[in-house]
Amino acid sequence: MSTDDTVLALRGVVKTFPGVKALNGVDFTLRKGEIHALLGENGAGKSTLIKVMTGVYRRNGGIIALDGTEIHPANTGDAQDLGISTVYQEVNLLPNLTVAQNVFLEREPKRFGIIDWRRMNREARELLLGYDLDIDVTAPLNSYSVAVQQLIAIARGVSMSAKVLILDEPTASLDAEEVASLFNIMRDLRDRGIGIVFVTHFLDQVYAVCDRITILRNGTLVGEYEAATLSQQDLVSHMLGKELEKAVHEKVGQAEAQTRETLFELNQGSSDVLEPLDISVCAGQVVGLAGLLGSGRTELCKLVFGVDELSQGDAKLNNQSIRFSNTRQAVVAGLGLCPEDRKKDGILGPMSIRENMIMALQNKRGWWRYIPMKKQRELAEHYVKVLKIATSDIEKPINQLSGGNQQKVILARWLAAEPKLMLLDEPTRGIDVGAHAEIIQLIRKLCDDGLGLLVASSELEELVEFADKVVVMRDRRKVAELSGSDISQQTIMQAIAGQS
Amino acid sequence: MRYKDLSPAVRRSLWPIIGLFVLLLANVLISPEFFSIEIKDGRFYGSLIDVMNRAAPVALLAIGMTLVIATGGVDLSVGSVMAIAGAVSAGLIVGGVDNIAIVIGGGLLAGVAAGFVNGFLVGYFGIQPIVATLILMVAGRGIAQLINSGQIVTFHHEAFEYLGVGYLFGLPFPIILVIITFVLVQLLMRRTALGLFVEGVGANASASHYIGINDKLIKLMVYCVSGLCAAVAGMIAAADIGGSDANNAGLWLELDAILAVVIGGASLMGGRFSVFLSIIGALIIQALTITIILSGVPPKFNLLIKAAAIIVILLLQSPEFHRQIARFKKAGGAQS
Ligand SMILES: Nc1ncnc2c1ncn2[C@@H]1O[C@H](COP(=O)(O)OP(=O)(O)OP(=O)(O)O)[C@@H](O)[C@H]1O
Ligand SMILES: [Mg+2]
Repeated sequence: MSTDDTVLALRGVVKTFPGVKALNGVDFTLRKGEIHALLGENGAGKSTLIKVMTGVYRRNGGIIALDGTEIHPANTGDAQDLGISTVYQEVNLLPNLTVAQNVFLEREPKRFGIIDWRRMNREARELLLGYDLDIDVTAPLNSYSVAVQQLIAIARGVSMSAKVLILDEPTASLDAEEVASLFNIMRDLRDRGIGIVFVTHFLDQVYAVCDRITILRNGTLVGEYEAATLSQQDLVSHMLGKELEKAVHEKVGQAEAQTRETLFELNQGSSDVLEPLDISVCAGQVVGLAGLLGSGRTELCKLVFGVDELSQGDAKLNNQSIRFSNTRQAVVAGLGLCPEDRKKDGILGPMSIRENMIMALQNKRGWWRYIPMKKQRELAEHYVKVLKIATSDIEKPINQLSGGNQQKVILARWLAAEPKLMLLDEPTRGIDVGAHAEIIQLIRKLCDDGLGLLVASSELEELVEFADKVVVMRDRRKVAELSGSDISQQTIMQAIAGQS
Repeated sequence: MRYKDLSPAVRRSLWPIIGLFVLLLANVLISPEFFSIEIKDGRFYGSLIDVMNRAAPVALLAIGMTLVIATGGVDLSVGSVMAIAGAVSAGLIVGGVDNIAIVIGGGLLAGVAAGFVNGFLVGYFGIQPIVATLILMVAGRGIAQLINSGQIVTFHHEAFEYLGVGYLFGLPFPIILVIITFVLVQLLMRRTALGLFVEGVGANASASHYIGINDKLIKLMVYCVSGLCAAVAGMIAAADIGGSDANNAGLWLELDAILAVVIGGASLMGGRFSVFLSIIGALIIQALTITIILSGVPPKFNLLIKAAAIIVILLLQSPEFHRQIARFKKAGGAQS
């Protein structure tokens, strides 16, 4: 099976966690100079397979061979020394160190045995400029958004890649331009003979760069395919084990929107980081927020939710002026914010799925009105079923779920709290195609019941699919507002680029 | 059922309980009458009662400390707060106050005030808990000395001394106070959502903030509870000796309290907590002291033996330790 140009070969790899068989005899073959997509539903075992290859987990069985010799990496450093470099799904750099320190961690340029800071900073800057990232590399990593952090992690991984480069959902929070520049770099590395493993839930990206595709389902191998000969439809049905149904929905046009009551309004509102802007959301309306990285989408969500303070202008909910001095007031008033950075601002890692889900509702009710255990379980079971969260048990700590499933739990947390206005910042980040369609359907249904929705997303397709109105942001200000039939990927893209 | 099939919660509680059991068993082996309990004048007497009675102050501190540690903090000031509370109560008595409610209320108020200062610094000013509570750890003893005007203040007040030496339902009153505090805290934490919020703040303060939990207020609250618990412990200590000794009351007990919580399986990073297991931890520390005394080992070995026993218990709790053991066994099995 393995030919001469095989660089990494996995045969019959098994990995079990207590109560879960995450990998059940998986084969995987990576050739030199190819980009190989590793696909599957949320919880299929992609990240686990990667972590087994790179020594984060020890396999319970099977063989992993690099260049024909079996390897047993005991930790990520080992794998790195062997020539396998990895960008993990959750950014796992050191948040308090500077950007440059992170890029060169454990391989700092030295001069006379001590770290050559100037060279390190200069080289880090040059490296990042290759990704159109013109930032201060001496600032701590956590002063940048997840998307930027992700780019930094990619730059680090790519610059270290020797034989194999593994990218686990690197594009989850990147916008089109960054994806394009990443792809150029990937192609370049491929041409230099490096084998690249690429995990993503964006199928068009698979076809844009990948040569071959391996599909997993429930910890088992479905098959290995040539990208050129596998249709997208077949790909999806291999992944899900069934056909994908897609619902189309009627957009709420301008005229209709006027007849609905305005749920939320921001008049010339601004914060320390945003220029004054107007925005309004009607009951039952989905308002999309489009824009490039750093355009102010996340900041706008934070402003509406009261995490950032309104420095000017005013905000109205149901025609009443609102001004929150803490987030609890926002939640009680009927707002909910599903944040962008799942790991940092979303999950309560060691706590159970049930606890993670009921937390927002509980907080809304107040601490003295404890939700009876029976009700908590019912709620959790309900959302596990509705959102198809892959787990054996609602009492499992959330950090044992796969990335996409964690995202679903966070969504469930806010759905359970039944807000009037929901703010979703990159809500479908890392969610597979099957669940994606279902989640959008679910959200639409809620909107029909009067929920107002503000969605920031870098996925234009998603915005076009379900937004009734799209607000385009650039450089921390609002530059356009599209509604009804004016919304298309092209019009949004033009507005983002500033040619309207 | 194998160890690794047990749920994490069960695994965590297993070792402290086994540890305590083994220690008590060792004591029986050393002195067979260890478990015997006599009833004289309707009161229970015996080594077991003794262990519990002596563990009471640390157990009380551990109750408050558990909540603080669950939020990812630590309260180094509890020993000093004990001294302050004792000094305030003693000062009131010596100053001529006879009303027991005022004497106790004064001590409790001092504890809450101290907790409030700690909680305010940590919650609202974002000062590192170690630093914030270190301030009161150092200054607190000074405050207690000021209240006592630098003297050891002795007093006689029957109702107040009952806190330290009284009996209720045949048990020493400090044990009853631990039970009452435990039940109250447990009701507050587990019958309302407060426990959930405390764990949430400890697990991820930023995520809790986005959920809308008032994380600052939660932090303020846990330090206040810790201050209250310390005040009760301080008054027991003062009542026990019939005096307030600002230099020695509660000295180093904050370390025992932290240790009790850690033996109880809590992570200093915050998150999950169990008040019950922390009390077990406090009992282990006390039982260990008694074991060493009973066994007749020269006193100079006391601290070393204590440290060794605690290391064993902590190792047994560590998942990484079990992984290493499993790996070791597997490697050994493969060779043979
Ligand atoms: N540390 C762990 N402990 C227990 N179970 C785990 C752990 N890590 C992963 N799992 C389980 O293993 C299975 C596979 O997870 P994995 O993270 O590999 O999925 P994935 O394919 O990467 O999904 P996603 O697209 O959501 O990232 C899931 O059922 C998950 O719950
Ligand atoms: Mg994954």
